[in-house]
Amino acid sequence: MNQAVDTLTIDDFSSDQEVRWCPGCGDYAILKTIQKLMPELGKTRESQVFVSGIGCSSRFPYYMNTYGFHTIHGRAPSIATGVKLANPELDVWVITGDGDALSIGGNHTMHALRRNVDLTILLFNNEIYGLTKGQYSPTSKVGTRSPSTPEGSVDRPLSPCAIALGAGAPFVARSIDTEMKHLSAVITEAHTHEGASFVEILQNCPIYNDGIFEQVKDKKIAPDFRVEVEHGKPLLFGKDKHKGIRLNREKLALEVVTLGEGAELADLLVHDQTNLAQAQLIAAMQGPDFPTAVGILYHKPVSAYVADLSDQRLKLREKRGAGDLGKLLRTGHTWEVK
Amino acid sequence: MEEAVTSAPVAHAEHTVDRIVVRFAGDSGDGMQLTGANFTDDTALFGNDLSTFPDFPAEIRAPAGSTFGVSAFQIYFGSDDITTSGDAIDVLVAMNPAALVTNLGEVVPGGLIIVDTGAFNEKNLNKAKYDVSPLEDGSLDAYRILEIDIQSQVIAAVEPYNLGHKNSLRCKNMWTLGLVLWLFGRDKQATVENLQKKFASKPDVAGANIAALNAGHAYGETAELPSGIEVYKVPRAKMEPGLYRDINGTTGLAWGLLAGGQLADVDLLFASYPITPASSLLHTLAARKEFDVTTFQAEDEIAAVCAAVGASFAGSLGITSSAGPGIALKMEAISLAVSAELPLVVINTQRGGPSTGLPTKTEQSDLLQAVYGRHGDTPLPVIAASTPADCFDVAIEAVRLATRYMTPVMLLSDGYIANASEPWMIPDMAGYSPFPVTFCTAPEGFRPSNRDPETLARVWAKPGTPGLEHRVGGIEKSYSTGNISYDPDNHQKMTDTRKAKVDGISRDIPEQQVALGNTTGKLAVVGWGSTYGAIHQGVKRCRQDGLDVSHIHIRYLSPFPANLQELLSGFDQVLVPEMNTGQLVKILRSEFLIDAVPLNKVSGQPFKIREIINAVKAEMAGN
Repeated sequence: MNQAVDTLTIDDFSSDQEVRWCPGCGDYAILKTIQKLMPELGKTRESQVFVSGIGCSSRFPYYMNTYGFHTIHGRAPSIATGVKLANPELDVWVITGDGDALSIGGNHTMHALRRNVDLTILLFNNEIYGLTKGQYSPTSKVGTRSPSTPEGSVDRPLSPCAIALGAGAPFVARSIDTEMKHLSAVITEAHTHEGASFVEILQNCPIYNDGIFEQVKDKKIAPDFRVEVEHGKPLLFGKDKHKGIRLNREKLALEVVTLGEGAELADLLVHDQTNLAQAQLIAAMQGPDFPTAVGILYHKPVSAYVADLSDQRLKLREKRGAGDLGKLLRTGHTWEVK
Repeated sequence: MEEAVTSAPVAHAEHTVDRIVVRFAGDSGDGMQLTGANFTDDTALFGNDLSTFPDFPAEIRAPAGSTFGVSAFQIYFGSDDITTSGDAIDVLVAMNPAALVTNLGEVVPGGLIIVDTGAFNEKNLNKAKYDVSPLEDGSLDAYRILEIDIQSQVIAAVEPYNLGHKNSLRCKNMWTLGLVLWLFGRDKQATVENLQKKFASKPDVAGANIAALNAGHAYGETAELPSGIEVYKVPRAKMEPGLYRDINGTTGLAWGLLAGGQLADVDLLFASYPITPASSLLHTLAARKEFDVTTFQAEDEIAAVCAAVGASFAGSLGITSSAGPGIALKMEAISLAVSAELPLVVINTQRGGPSTGLPTKTEQSDLLQAVYGRHGDTPLPVIAASTPADCFDVAIEAVRLATRYMTPVMLLSDGYIANASEPWMIPDMAGYSPFPVTFCTAPEGFRPSNRDPETLARVWAKPGTPGLEHRVGGIEKSYSTGNISYDPDNHQKMTDTRKAKVDGISRDIPEQQVALGNTTGKLAVVGWGSTYGAIHQGVKRCRQDGLDVSHIHIRYLSPFPANLQELLSGFDQVLVPEMNTGQLVKILRSEFLIDAVPLNKVSGQPFKIREIINAVKAEMAGN
C-alpha cells in the first residue's frame, strides 16, 4: 500500500465510486484535471484531504482516492481549518460552489481567507443552485429566470474573486472547467502557495444554466472576451492580440483600447500579481464591456495562520517546558488538611 | 505596618457559629469580586468548608451608583459540610445605597450590615430611589448596622502613597476586606501576598492596597464598636486529610479536559466563539498551550463546532463550548458528527433563556435541547456536572465517552457552577485509569465502516495513514462498506446501530448511587447539575428532622444508568427540583412511566436550601 510517490498515476487517485454528475457537467472535466494533476504534484495519497460542503461540486471528495470529508452546507472552510489545525502536515483542499461558499458559507470563506489558513479552496462557479434544481445563486446575473425567480432575479451578483481579495486572500486566481492546461497550471500554483489560496473555476451547468460562460469558453469568440493575465506581461487580448487594457489614471479605472488607435503596447497595464489595487480592478472586469480575466490575479505570500500558531506554541514551550498536569493542579494557593 | 494606629486593641465579645453567609456588594467598579476572591482564599486557608457565588451584572461598567450595576460576591462557610452558597445573608457589606437596597431583602433579621457612610450621599441615595437615607429613618432597625465612613478612613490610610483622591478610593475594597477578615478572625497574609503578586509592577499600588487592608483590620481591633457587633468564631471544618485548593467550575472543566486528553493520549482542539458565561473556558485553555491543546477562536458558533469536527476527523479530539443560544447554532454540525461517527465534546454552560435571556444568570433549561434538540434520530450521551469540583471528573468522562464510542458527548454545566468555587482536594492523577485511543493503522480488511463489536464504535482512521484513504460524510453510509447508501433497509440498520451504540453506554457507566439516604423509602429527591448542593443540604436537614427522604443526583442523563428505573421504583414518591419548567421530570416520566413531581424555579438564582426543605415537607405531608 505504501507506494512510491513517483510511481503514482491518475488511476491511483480515482476512487472506486461511480461518478454521478449529470452528463456534460463541467465537474467531470475538473475532476479529471485534478486526478491527472495529483501525481505531478509529487504527494502521497494519504497526505491529501479533500473537504467539501453541500451541492453538486461537493460530491467531489467521493471520487478522489485520498482522504475526504463531505460535510454540511457552507461549512467546509471551517471543517478544513480544524483538519489543518489538527495536522499541519496534511494538504487540505476545499471543494465548494457559489451557493456553498458565498451564500450559506460566506462568513467561513471570508474568515478562512483573512485568517490565511493554508487551504487550497476551489470554488466551482456555475452561477446556479444545481442540486436543489435550479434556483438562482449569489453569483447569478441580474435577470436570471429560475424556479424561485420566475420573472428574473433582481438582486445583483457578487464576484467571487473580488470577495476573496476583499477578505485578504493572499492568492486569488480564476480558471475554466474545460481548459485542462490552464486549470492545471493555476491549481499547481495555488497548491504550492503556503497560506490560503482561492481559485474560482467557471463551470458550466448543462441542465440549469447552460452556456453562461460560452463567450469565455468558445474557442472562436473567447479571445475577444477573455484576457489571460501573466505576471509582468501587458494585458493583451483579442484574436490577433490587438486589444488591451489601459489604466485611466484620472478616473482610476480600466479601459479597453485598441493598439494603433490612440494606444501603444507601452500604454497597456502590465500585470503585477503583487498589486492588490490592480488585482481588484482586474477581478471586477466583466462583459459586455470588458473581457473576463483568467489566470493568477493576485499572489503575495504572507505568513500563514497555522504556522504562526505553531511558532507561538514552540516559543511558549521553550519558556515554560511541556505541560505538567500535577504542577498545574497545584498552582496558586493550596493548603494541607491534616 | 500598623504604625498609623495608636490605639490599643479593645476587647470584643465573641460569637461562635457553625456556618455563616457573607455577601460583599458594591458598584461594578468597586472590586467586590476581587474582595470576595481574597476573602475566599483566607477562609479556605483558615480551614472552613466553603462555597461561593459571584453575582454580577451583564453590563461591564454600568453607571456608578445604579441598582443594575451592583456586583456582589457571596460566600458561605462553616465547620459543617457546605454545598451551596447559602440561603439568607448573615453579614452584608454594602458599599453604597444601591448595594443595600438590592440585597437587603435577603438579609436575615438581626443580620449585620456594614455600610460605607461616605457613599450614602444624596446623589447615590437618589440613584437607589431612597427619598430619605435608610440610615436615618429607622427602616433598618431590624438589623445590626455598622456605619463607617470607609472613604475617609481609606484616604487617611493610603495618604503616604500620594495616589490622588480617585486612586486612593479604589483601595476601599481592601480596607473593607481587612475589617471583615478581623471580624472573622482570619489571617490576612494570603491577601497580602496576592496583592504583592497582582501589583508586582506597581509597588505603590501594592503598598497602598496593603496599607488599606491593614488599616481596616486595625480599625476592627481598636475601634469602640456599637454593642451587638461581635467577632464571629467559625470553627474549622472536619475535612478529609490532603492537599486542597479552591476551584471554580470553569477551571475544573479546563483542567479536566487537559487531564482527559492525557488519559486518552490524544491532542485537543478547543474551538469556541465568545459567549457569556462560557468564554472563560476558552481563556483558561488558551493560557495553557504548553499542554497538548490548541485553542481556536472561530468566526462564529458554527465555525467553532465545525473546526472541532474537522480536528476529530484528522485525529485530534475536537471540543467546542458555548451557552444555549450558541449550542442551538451548532446543532447541525453535531448531527454531522453523529452521522460520521466522530468523537466530539460539546460543553454547554447554561444560562437564563430563551434568546439572549439572562446571560450572567444561571438556569438548567437546555436539558431537552441536549437530549433531543437535533434533526433526525441523533442519539448522543449527555452528562452533567453537579459541583465546581465535579467538573474536573465530568470533563474527563466526556473525553472518555467521546473517544471510546466515537460520538459527540454533550456536557452540561451552568453559570452557577462555572463561577462558583469550593475547596477541592487535589487528586492524584495516578488514581485515574488511562483510556488511550487506538487509531487504525492496518490496511488489511480496512473499511471506514468497521466497528468494535463490543462498543459498536466506528474505527478511527486518521488522514496521513497510508492505505486507509477513505471518505466520510453526512449522507447515509452503507453499514458494510461506509460508501454512500440510499438503501431503505440499510438506513434502518444504521439508525438502529447508532441508537444501540449510545444505549450501550449505560453498561459502561457506574450504577446510579443514592447521594444521601436509603435506597428505598417514601420520597426520592432527584436532581441533576448544579442543584446538588441545595438538594443535598435540604435532604440532610429533613432527614435530621426524621423524614424518610433520599437524595439521588444523576450525572448520566442520556442514556441513564442501567439501574435507575429500578432504584426509583423503590420510592413511593419522586420529587424533581430543576431550574427550568420541568425537563428532567418530563424525561423520567416518559422513560419510566412514573408519577414524578416537578419543583421548578427560573429566577436566575440557584435554589435555596429552605425551598427544597419546604417542597419536601409539602410533598410528604400531602401523601
